[in-house]
Amino acid sequence: MRTFSYVRAPDVETALRTIATEPNAKFLGGGTNLVDLMRENIERPDVVVDISRLPLTGIDELPGGGVRIGALVRNSSLAAHPLVRTRYPVVSQAVLGGASAQLRNMATVGGNLLQRTRCLYFYDEASACNKREPGSGCSALGGFTRNHGVLGVSDHCIAAHPSDLCVALAALDAEVEVESTRGTRRIPLTEFHHLPGSTPHVETALAPDELVTSVELPAPVTTRSRYRKVRDRASYAFALVSVAAALEVRDDTVTAARLALGGVAPKPWRATEAERVLLGAPATEESFRSAAEAELASATSQDGNDFKIELARRTIVATLRDLLTDRSAA
Amino acid sequence: MRLNVTVNGERRQADDVWEGESLLYVLRERLGLPGSKNACEQGECGSCTVYLDDVPACSCLVAAGQAEGREVRTVEGLAEGEALDPVQQSFVDAGAVQCGFCTPGLVVAAHDLLDRVPDPSDEEIREALAGNLCRCTGYEKILDAVRTAAGAR
Ligand SMILES: Cc1cc2nc3c(=O)[nH]c(=O)nc-3n(C[C@H](O)[C@H](O)[C@H](O)COP(=O)(O)OP(=O)(O)OC[C@H]3O[C@@H](n4cnc5c(N)ncnc54)[C@H](O)[C@@H]3O)c2cc1C
Ligand code: SF4
Ligand code: FES
Ligand code: FES
Repeated sequence: MRTFSYVRAPDVETALRTIATEPNAKFLGGGTNLVDLMRENIERPDVVVDISRLPLTGIDELPGGGVRIGALVRNSSLAAHPLVRTRYPVVSQAVLGGASAQLRNMATVGGNLLQRTRCLYFYDEASACNKREPGSGCSALGGFTRNHGVLGVSDHCIAAHPSDLCVALAALDAEVEVESTRGTRRIPLTEFHHLPGSTPHVETALAPDELVTSVELPAPVTTRSRYRKVRDRASYAFALVSVAAALEVRDDTVTAARLALGGVAPKPWRATEAERVLLGAPATEESFRSAAEAELASATSQDGNDFKIELARRTIVATLRDLLTDRSAA
Repeated sequence: MRLNVTVNGERRQADDVWEGESLLYVLRERLGLPGSKNACEQGECGSCTVYLDDVPACSCLVAAGQAEGREVRTVEGLAEGEALDPVQQSFVDAGAVQCGFCTPGLVVAAHDLLDRVPDPSDEEIREALAGNLCRCTGYEKILDAVRTAAGAR
């Protein structure tokens, strides 16, 4: 780890002023990703601005039935909050499906959005990686790709976004509120993360001097929502494939569907193709399968992650079937 | 920098702490508390688990400065004098300790679980301890220990 200076921000204003004046500074939320990456010499900030004491820790109900979640809310507090558990079960389940209790206790909402890929070549300083070292190449192509993406990837980078929480947020039309000395703006979660294209090192719409202050969820279209995560062991592993879904059915017809995929793309993947097929379709296994096939139609794979395409289809179908049959999910 | 932190109920101070040190390093190398272990230093194994302000955290991923002014409770702070905490005693009794490297982290994680859920199901025990890896025991004796501790508390 390189030497750096450490600044504890007592308030948002100080945090914003410090980041605006220091060219190579990073915010520190829970530290569960940044501390690790600094130790591996992947992140090399000159200044670390500790924002963990900023008063952005509220979970507040909004007038229209939505909820605002402060950027410094711990992942464990988010998952346990009654408003979140009852209105957005998919969010609770996604958070509890990620990492371990010890990590969720430290990890913040803002940090979860900005956590970096788990591509093992990205972590290995000796490997070529366009994300870490633009223009150096991509060691994953032709390498070990079990954890890599099949949708939205490019010839420059096939890394998957590792977050579970973000998949649920993408399905639910969340918006991210960000602030800098220049003011405040809102970014839809589905536009927050970028696809790699030819610039995989540009990962998000966030400017270097912007702070994520909160995430807002609109009122849920239905409280019947669910997160299903497939991984190499029963707990404590990143997703091979995950599905966040919300489904409303009236008279055996789908009247609302929200679907997003994790583990398969460089960003939390809102499954708009599948949603289009589902809306107005009969709520049957056949419709679910057609929706899954439509979504995966554009998938491309490597030898090591070819299995993900069919696994994603089946996981979509299984999640929708769960929502249809499990009355307790209502 | 100077670090002030309350550890196991005592106010402690460490000087000349480098910004890049972890809370784990400070506890082990500066405050003489080697109970918490350093195995992976990546948040993967849970050997370094301590209470930070009453919730378990991987101290290897906590930058020293993050702990300023906060309360830490390590495995050394669980026993009452010579009397082991029931969780510690049941680890000994069940034979849940082989090389012992994972034990302090598991004891803290199990202690926290039983504080929150006095009579956990096996499913709950497994999930609560998922962040603590053990390379020796195969976990069965650890599960026995937690079940016994739940009964003893
Ligand atoms: C062993 C292990 C297993 C894991 N498993 C999973 C898993 O299964 N699923 C999953 O989803 N995650 C998993 N994680 C990742 C974990 O969820 C993230 O590390 C965590 O959410 C990051 O949050 P943090 O607050 O600790 O971020 P930090 O480490 O503090 O920061 C991460 C990044 O976000 C930036 N940042 C933080 N807050 C803000 C803000 N408010 N505004 C702007 N920038 C900000 C920082 O500058 C930094 O670049 C795992 C992590 C580990 C170590
Ligand atoms: S997949 Fe992306 S992150 Fe992984 S080595 Fe290639 S460029 Fe780097
Ligand atoms: S040493 Fe901290 S989790 Fe392994
Ligand atoms: S007893 Fe050796 S690692 Fe658990």
